[in-house]
Amino acid sequence: MMEKMIFGRYVPAHSLIHRMDPRSKLMIIFLFVCIVFIANNSLTYGLLAIYTLGMISLSKVPFRFIISGLKPVLWLVLFTLLLHLFLTKEGELLFQAGWFSIYEEGLRQGIFISLRFFLLILMTSILTLTTTPIEITDGLESLLHPLNKVKFPVHELALMMSISLRFIPTLMQETDKIMKAQTARGVDFSSGPIKDRVKAIIPLLIPLFVNSFKRAEELATAMEARGYRGGEGRTKYRQLSWGLKDTSMLIFLGILTALLVLFRT
Amino acid sequence: MDISLQKVEYRYQANTPFERLAIIDVSIDIPSGTFLAIIGHTGSGKSTVLQHLNALLKPTAGKVVIGDKEVTADKKQKNLKDIRQKVGIVFQFPEHQLFEETVEKDICFGPMNFGVSMEEAQRRAKVAIKQVGLSEEILSKSPFDLSGGQMRRVAIAGVLAMEPDVIVLDEPTAGLDPRGRKEIMDMFHALHKERELSTVLVTHSMEDASKYADHIVIMQKGEVYKKGTPEEIFSSPEGLMQLGLDVPEVVRFQKKIEETFHIKFSQTCLTAELLTEEIALLLKGGEQK
Ligand SMILES: Nc1ncnc2c1ncn2[C@@H]1O[C@H](COP(=O)(O)OP(=O)(O)O)[C@@H](O)[C@H]1O
Ligand SMILES: [Mg+2]
Repeated sequence: MMEKMIFGRYVPAHSLIHRMDPRSKLMIIFLFVCIVFIANNSLTYGLLAIYTLGMISLSKVPFRFIISGLKPVLWLVLFTLLLHLFLTKEGELLFQAGWFSIYEEGLRQGIFISLRFFLLILMTSILTLTTTPIEITDGLESLLHPLNKVKFPVHELALMMSISLRFIPTLMQETDKIMKAQTARGVDFSSGPIKDRVKAIIPLLIPLFVNSFKRAEELATAMEARGYRGGEGRTKYRQLSWGLKDTSMLIFLGILTALLVLFRT
Repeated sequence: MDISLQKVEYRYQANTPFERLAIIDVSIDIPSGTFLAIIGHTGSGKSTVLQHLNALLKPTAGKVVIGDKEVTADKKQKNLKDIRQKVGIVFQFPEHQLFEETVEKDICFGPMNFGVSMEEAQRRAKVAIKQVGLSEEILSKSPFDLSGGQMRRVAIAGVLAMEPDVIVLDEPTAGLDPRGRKEIMDMFHALHKERELSTVLVTHSMEDASKYADHIVIMQKGEVYKKGTPEEIFSSPEGLMQLGLDVPEVVRFQKKIEETFHIKFSQTCLTAELLTEEIALLLKGGEQK
């Protein structure tokens, strides 16, 4: 029932992107989020789009799959586009029918901003599709390590993150299971009047919450029983390793940034 | 109500990189009144098969016929509620689906979804709670205050109260103590006889399968490996043992005797009583010679 969602899911493979150090991937995403805002004309947006498509093809995740998984988000992108089309009233008038009119600037901005939005979503999807949640947290913990100096609880934050990420699939499975169990008891989740459908959420949510609390308690007990005492002096089983590919990918992004700055108007 | 699976295939998350073929070419007939046991290793596709029995899953190929309704991949189905009321499924660890404030309300939840009146549902709740071996006092308690075993029984009562024609059980006794297991299985068997239900039981216990079922289906890696009556299935236990599946203790004992004394009994005995008779016969025969 929730099978198509790809948000936060990992597709195992051995592509270049999969093998990169999570730290470099996180840095690239972070930088990408910044440089997206440099682009302001067709050429620079084109460069960004080519870069993103290049990254997707390097990741070996089928493009069709990404698109079909992002369908719910695509509506949001479309909405952004329409909002700009209708509300921006600058530049030359392109089209008019009654009260409805489209201006050149509206079209331009609509396309650019929704494209920007879309590229950001694509890039972050590539990160989560090619990096296991554990890698992401390890990378983040390592990148944020300097903040320890100012007493920022980096390890605890990373732990919280990895636990939540770890339990997303469990939660999805359980949602699916309980939905099926209640459907078998006559609940209709997918049709009927809105009022009934809202009511149908209760038999789903209560068991989900109860089970989650139970699981959290069990997890805490299990961690304590195995002597967990926080991050101090803790060594890692999975070592991160920075390689040539990571440096080159960052340099490549640097070149892209330079080009963007050069060609923006 | 007759149910029949014809060359059913199911893929989870079809057309994605996560696609997973769970069952393939599964054909099983469940005529009205049958007690069918499905056996197989974890991951062999048993639960996937069960979910086709009340159209929770739609086959990606093949056909499922439930009563007079046909469920196939390309047909949009309306009015599945009818099927859901007639085919009650007790899922694995059904205690996870409890949610109401009181046990009574939770048991009434199913029947009332299918349009039964409050009074009738409460009457059914009283009957069902006794059927599963609990006392009426429990009805007013919160389901979350009960022990694991009691919760399981309440969840089962919730399905019984729907008064289905077909009862589908996915490892209903997993994790219960031996006495609870026997009580629950005996209850299902009695119910099966009394109400002339069809019962489909997924179990890991060969003893239960041989004791209660008229038909057994063995699943292996998403396919039907073997089907037949318990006698047929266990008369050649070697194949099962090769798969790493258990064989009822009695059958193993009989095989051992046959091997040790180089004899062959006239039949495969599925109960201790039968085997004792056979042995007695043999011993008497031996004296006469
Ligand atoms: N919701 C699901 N999504 C994807 N794969 C699943 C899902 N449920 C089961 N499977 C897969 O289908 C196969 C059969 O599972 P299942 O029917 O649960 O087996 P069993 O009940 O015999 O243990 C397994 O390989 C399992 O991993
Ligand atoms: Mg199962």
